[in-house]
Amino acid sequence: MPYQTEFLLRVYRTMKTIREFEERCIKEFENGNIPGFVHVSNGQEAVAVAACIELSDKDIIGSTHRGHGHSLAKGCDVGGMMKEIMGRATGVCKGKGGSMHIADMDKGMIGANAIVGGGPPLCNGAALASKTLGTKDIALSFSGDGSANQGTVLESLNFAVVLKLPHVFIFENNGYGEGTGVDYALGCKSLTERNAAFGMPSEHVNGNDFFAIYDACQRAIKHARDGKGPSAIEAETVRFDGHFVGDPQLYRGKDEIKLARKNRDCLKLFRERVTTEKWLTNDQLDAVDGEVMLLIEKSVQEALAAPHPDPATDLLADVYSSVY
Amino acid sequence: MNTSAKPTGKTSIKTYREAINDALRQEMRRDPTVIIIGEEVSGGAGTQGQDDAYGGVFGVTKGLMPEFGRERVIDTPISESAIIGAASGAANNGLRPVAELMFMDFIGVCFDQIFNQAAKFHYMFGGKSKTPMVIRGTVGAGWRAGPQHSNMLHPVLTHMPGLKVVMPSNAYDAKGLMVQAIRDNDPVMFLEHKVMYDTTCEVPDELYTIPFGEASFVREGTDVTIVAISNMVPRAIAAADELAKSGISCDVIDPRTVSPLDDEAILESVAITGRLVIVDEAHERCSLAADISSIVAEKGFYSLKAPIRKVTAPHTPVPFAPGLEDAYIPSVDRIIEAVKDVLGA
Repeated sequence: MPYQTEFLLRVYRTMKTIREFEERCIKEFENGNIPGFVHVSNGQEAVAVAACIELSDKDIIGSTHRGHGHSLAKGCDVGGMMKEIMGRATGVCKGKGGSMHIADMDKGMIGANAIVGGGPPLCNGAALASKTLGTKDIALSFSGDGSANQGTVLESLNFAVVLKLPHVFIFENNGYGEGTGVDYALGCKSLTERNAAFGMPSEHVNGNDFFAIYDACQRAIKHARDGKGPSAIEAETVRFDGHFVGDPQLYRGKDEIKLARKNRDCLKLFRERVTTEKWLTNDQLDAVDGEVMLLIEKSVQEALAAPHPDPATDLLADVYSSVY
Repeated sequence: MNTSAKPTGKTSIKTYREAINDALRQEMRRDPTVIIIGEEVSGGAGTQGQDDAYGGVFGVTKGLMPEFGRERVIDTPISESAIIGAASGAANNGLRPVAELMFMDFIGVCFDQIFNQAAKFHYMFGGKSKTPMVIRGTVGAGWRAGPQHSNMLHPVLTHMPGLKVVMPSNAYDAKGLMVQAIRDNDPVMFLEHKVMYDTTCEVPDELYTIPFGEASFVREGTDVTIVAISNMVPRAIAAADELAKSGISCDVIDPRTVSPLDDEAILESVAITGRLVIVDEAHERCSLAADISSIVAEKGFYSLKAPIRKVTAPHTPVPFAPGLEDAYIPSVDRIIEAVKDVLGA
């Protein structure tokens, strides 16, 4: 067996946690328990987990507005995340950030980013710090196919090559930038080829196949750790929900989501693979499902009971970290 | 409110440019996490000619690359968003970067990385994330540099919570404020006025800091308070000297940092003089002058013996033609006229 049982169970548990976290966010948003708006990543779990599972807390990731999965994959606390998304004082960012602005420096998560293309320049900085301080830590940024066309991202790709930064650029191509198709918005034929043109190794993988992404990520991470500079991976994946929860998704094709859930569900594909190969049993996976459901339920109940920030003390706190 | 201990060691005559260079060099020697990053901060990378060809286009970082190497004095492609993003990401992860924007006007292409990213991290991430970085750039008119290389922009930056905005008006302050900026744990915008680079004064050789939010009383007087910043300070002094000849005594205050702002110093002075003239090279609308005016109108209203006067640039881009640019920049004569006006003279 090429993988440890423990590893496979951890992969499945994390992917399942993200899936159920997102499905529950949809429900709690509809229940009126989540203020503002929410972008969920169900369908894209395999990319987040494959990219993060071998990273340490000192390796840095930068995420997107669709970032719950990345944060959970990097080890951010499920309960702290749910509280944050509900705007509670005990959330990972004390209720100041919310769904689109989650960070946890202790876990090497320097931030979700509500500005499309905001993260890759910052991850270059994390990689620069690692290079300057002589650590072997790497940075890994997530971008969508939409942000691939942002100037900040294009600048960052070139900048990382010029300064030879240990930065893995992951592009989650879910086919849509909000409600606009990737084939319309991408001026060239292939994002993978365009990334390569910046002068870095560039791969294309099936983003619904955990093992394919995992292998590509390990190559890219090793490349960065060995001091060889940046690389890029385009993972073609699928977004099961809308751009935001409540999006009527008029731009979707007939039966598109139904077919995607049937044929391109990374959790189903993972289960099929590990049971066919006899690496894990259905019983083992079902047991994980049960644990995850309890964990998510607990996180919701605790978040609903958690205190709200107090305007008298919290509104003005933490604008500056040193004296003002 | 000059409460900080002044340095006592040897001094030498230095330019504003040399004073900032001194601060950077001495801090880089003291703290290996301080790096410099930007376009042409050394210059000559990838060319057949000289290394350190520029040392910054104004020569402020000259000589630092030869001493600290390209690993710590990093020339970048012309990619301002990538520069500022890299500086703040590095600041989140253990470095103290000093990023150069060359002309502060270039902030237009990277403002997201400043006001939406770096400035907000500490607050929106619940106080855990720290971004100790300095963003340097030159500001102001007077170089015939035209509409896209001559803006002040401090009102825009001062508006943003999370940023600190520093505007030294002389070499002594420039060094002490730069050292403070590097050691500060928040993103600091360090605005160097381009016409001041060759101005000189006595500058201590040792390292010293000037705390943010402490104004400097550059002239003491009793009749009128003049608040001036950056390159307007020498003009306010010239106006005060001229007015003294006719027996008018001006209290000239240089806030030195506009975010935080030492409003107490201004209010204390107005409590004595009862008259206020604010001199600001930015456009008048939503400017620092308007801000100070509103603070004094709100908190010092009963001290006022006359309406507040603002002396600012007009609501136009900075023009190129020398005659137009000279008319754009608040002059000593306009300051004198405003002071006489508030005195009813």
